[in-house]
Amino acid sequence: MNTMTFNLMAVLPELVILTAACVILLVDLFLRDDQRHVGYWLAQFALLVALCVTVKTMHIDVVRVFHNLVIDDLIADFLRLFSFVAVSLVLFYSRTYLAVRGLFRGETFVLILFALLGMQVLITANSFVTLYLGLELMSLSLYALVAIQRDETAPVEAAMKYFVLGALASGFLLYGMSMIYGATGTLQIDLIAQAVLGRADNAILLMLGVVFVVSAIAFKLGAVPYHMWVPDVYQGAPTAITLLIGSAPKFAAFAMILRLLAGALGGAEGNWQGMLIVLCVLSMTLGHIVAIAQTNLKRMLAYSSIANMGYVLMGFMAGDVTGFSAALFYIVAYVLTTLAGFGVMLLLSRRGFEADQIDDLKGLNQRSPWWALVMLLVMFSLAGMPPTIGFYGKLLVLQAAINAGYVWLAVVGVLAALIGAFYYLRIVKLMYFDDPVDRAPIEARADTRFLLSANGLSLLLFGILPQPLMGLCAVVLVQSQFY
Amino acid sequence: MTSYLSLAIWVPIISGVAVVVAGRDRDAGTARWIALLGAIAGFLVCIPLYTHFDNATSAMQFVERRDWIPYFDIFYHLGVDGISVLFILLNSFTTLLVVWAGWEVIKSRVAQYMAAFLIMSGLINGAFAALDGILFYVFFEAMLIPMYLIIGVWGGERRVYAAIKFFLYTLLGSLLMLVAFIYLYQQTGSFALDDWYRLPLSLSTQVMIFIAFFAAFAVKVPMWPVHTWLPDAHTEAPTGGSVVLAAITLKIGGYGFVRFILPIVPDASHYLAPFVITISLIAIVYIGFVALVQTDMKKLIAYSSISHMGFVTLGFFLFNQLGVEGGLAQMVSHGFVSAAMFLCVGVMYDRMHTRMIADYGGVANTMPKFAAFMMLFAMANSGLPATSGFVGEFMVILAAVQVNFWLGFVAAISLILGAAYTLWMYKRVIFGAVANAHVAALSDLSRREFWLLGTVAAAVLLMGIWPRPFIDVMHVSVVDLLAHVAKSKIPTP
Repeated sequence: MNTMTFNLMAVLPELVILTAACVILLVDLFLRDDQRHVGYWLAQFALLVALCVTVKTMHIDVVRVFHNLVIDDLIADFLRLFSFVAVSLVLFYSRTYLAVRGLFRGETFVLILFALLGMQVLITANSFVTLYLGLELMSLSLYALVAIQRDETAPVEAAMKYFVLGALASGFLLYGMSMIYGATGTLQIDLIAQAVLGRADNAILLMLGVVFVVSAIAFKLGAVPYHMWVPDVYQGAPTAITLLIGSAPKFAAFAMILRLLAGALGGAEGNWQGMLIVLCVLSMTLGHIVAIAQTNLKRMLAYSSIANMGYVLMGFMAGDVTGFSAALFYIVAYVLTTLAGFGVMLLLSRRGFEADQIDDLKGLNQRSPWWALVMLLVMFSLAGMPPTIGFYGKLLVLQAAINAGYVWLAVVGVLAALIGAFYYLRIVKLMYFDDPVDRAPIEARADTRFLLSANGLSLLLFGILPQPLMGLCAVVLVQSQFY
Repeated sequence: MTSYLSLAIWVPIISGVAVVVAGRDRDAGTARWIALLGAIAGFLVCIPLYTHFDNATSAMQFVERRDWIPYFDIFYHLGVDGISVLFILLNSFTTLLVVWAGWEVIKSRVAQYMAAFLIMSGLINGAFAALDGILFYVFFEAMLIPMYLIIGVWGGERRVYAAIKFFLYTLLGSLLMLVAFIYLYQQTGSFALDDWYRLPLSLSTQVMIFIAFFAAFAVKVPMWPVHTWLPDAHTEAPTGGSVVLAAITLKIGGYGFVRFILPIVPDASHYLAPFVITISLIAIVYIGFVALVQTDMKKLIAYSSISHMGFVTLGFFLFNQLGVEGGLAQMVSHGFVSAAMFLCVGVMYDRMHTRMIADYGGVANTMPKFAAFMMLFAMANSGLPATSGFVGEFMVILAAVQVNFWLGFVAAISLILGAAYTLWMYKRVIFGAVANAHVAALSDLSRREFWLLGTVAAAVLLMGIWPRPFIDVMHVSVVDLLAHVAKSKIPTP
């Protein structure tokens, strides 16, 4: 362990994003309306710099800095990288969408960057305090982003629900943390891990703390029965913001579970494993069943997200490095798929028209075979069909569950996947079997078209050659000492 | 080492991609020609698999083994033995027929149609050649996607219902199989079929695995009572789709029995054989009666497929040489005959746009050449000697009589039934007076259709008159399989 406590190198990517957010905030004051793209490109540039800095300062060993408040390990580096890429793609995909709705402004970019900063703090947290700080920074920025169309009712309503329930979850988390603090006498994650392993007294207090922490995690992840906010927020928020919420924060949520359950409470596995199984079964089944009834595409994808988070929990439930790396791979696969899915939705939206009903996809194959193919890959990836990346996500978490001795859970998982396949197939049916209602030409900027195509093909490419990503997920977690 | 198997998989897939990329929908001609070239190339690269095949060994041949996903010990591991090689040839042959059959018939989105068939052909070859569980699973599942689109985009009136039903039925079975695969991986630390063959398992575990595998393959075959997706899918699919479904994808179910179920869980197979034999006999007899009352020609042929596939599963679970070989021969023969029957219905449907038997009558008067071809195929479908249909059914019935006379008796009854429904349908459609003005206006086979049906007819006759080349290829592999299955895998305490 590196004993240096004041080491700015460890938080350089955070500094880059923080600086960029402040600079854009200032610069935006001096921009005319037709110059807003300066802020946009500054944000993209900052993401690129942060990406390069992260790659440059990447190291194998685990470093704890700022009096052990912050940890910089390999998993933190990779989650940061994934988040940068995801946020960058969000910006690329939503540029036109934001522009025609008057949201192509400095405060959008600033809030997105602050949300990202919150994720990064969460990802690198080695103390309950830092973790909570990051979570709140991320959440508050996201609440504001959901409500950014402040003269429309649906987004404001969604933001309100998001805020109230999110605040409740934060309260749960703090309550749980305080109990764990009471039981172990420290807020520092690695010390808690030792304390949990070493002592048997205060077991009841610790268990109660675990209960509250797991509830808060379920809230943030959107797992049943703490899922109520997810469909409303997904549907109510502007599609660009839904895309943001559905992508990068999933990495942060992964980090949160990893740091709290695998890191701090790894020794109390018996306390949380049962809870995760319940959450997992409920999310997978309820998410998929309710999704069938949806006519709004965003709402359907929200329930699909709930179900998919159930599979992530299946990986975590296993409680070993196989399970954690399965969950990580699953999250990466899911985010990559979601990005492409919402990307196509954004592409179909135009001035005064939101392509958010599933019927808006009707006859897409006749309007544009290429985007129909991309959406087809998205749907089959979400359904976990080979040869797409989603299949290997399912394979890994099922394997983790069977490895941990839960064959029945794997069977529940595949039966839920079968239910899920029904509504994904319905989307494919609309795109390929039906005739188009809306025949407007699909126009997009060249960079969006290129990136979205690459994104769509990556689902297939990683499906044919999943080894690099799979190996990476395992190596990163082992190097970060989660085993 | 030559990589014929990789070629057999990737040549059609790459040609399929080329068809979509090069042949836009506006330019259907280009798409057709690229597709035809791709299909011919795909067939040509399969020919060495037969000519260089060594009949004297049961070992896997043309083996390729490369790292694919080392994290999971998954290999890109291909190989064929006497059991699988015939199906790869059959599949590549059928793809050629399908591309040819869809030449002028398919008018909308030609490029996508051709591409779907070519890609599916490659995937099916992959499933027959895979010796790694996950590799097999990837091919097995991935082929659902093109078939779903083929039924749904180019199918008949109730195509959406049929496509979704087909997909979900098949998916249910294969997902349970995936769980079994992962369980076997936990036990052996490998996804290689070879390691699974050697793994000792207790009877109760074997029964669980048997059920999971059975769910996948019985749906695919399909066996009664999980056959209900098939009449819908076959009826609603376009002609090419019905041909591939009947000729090839059903065979993957049968293939799964001999490649997975029998050797991996032999004790459970013996233990549950009476159950499988019973439902096979129900399929043969009961579904035969169901076929008798059909009014839709495609539905009739679909039910006759289920009945014929009942012979296949019956043959496998008799556990003797004649039965297994008969089952395999029946699969190959059914590949030709059902393809031919669906092509015949397709020929009539293209002219009349109806599949109802009642809309026809006296077709022989206006389409004599067609009537002659269809006569041959109808006879083959009823299992007439000197056609391919006879070989497999006869072998299975003989095998059944060896085991138990009444078993053979019940199976033999169905031959009468098969003749009844096929020939009665033939009589109502082809013979008699010209039924209506539409039939009177029919034109006989075009040159394309003539050669298409002629090719299949040659195959049907060849296999019927001289089945030895087909049987010789599989003989040693079947002997070896039965020797393996006869050994108990239950660990001795």
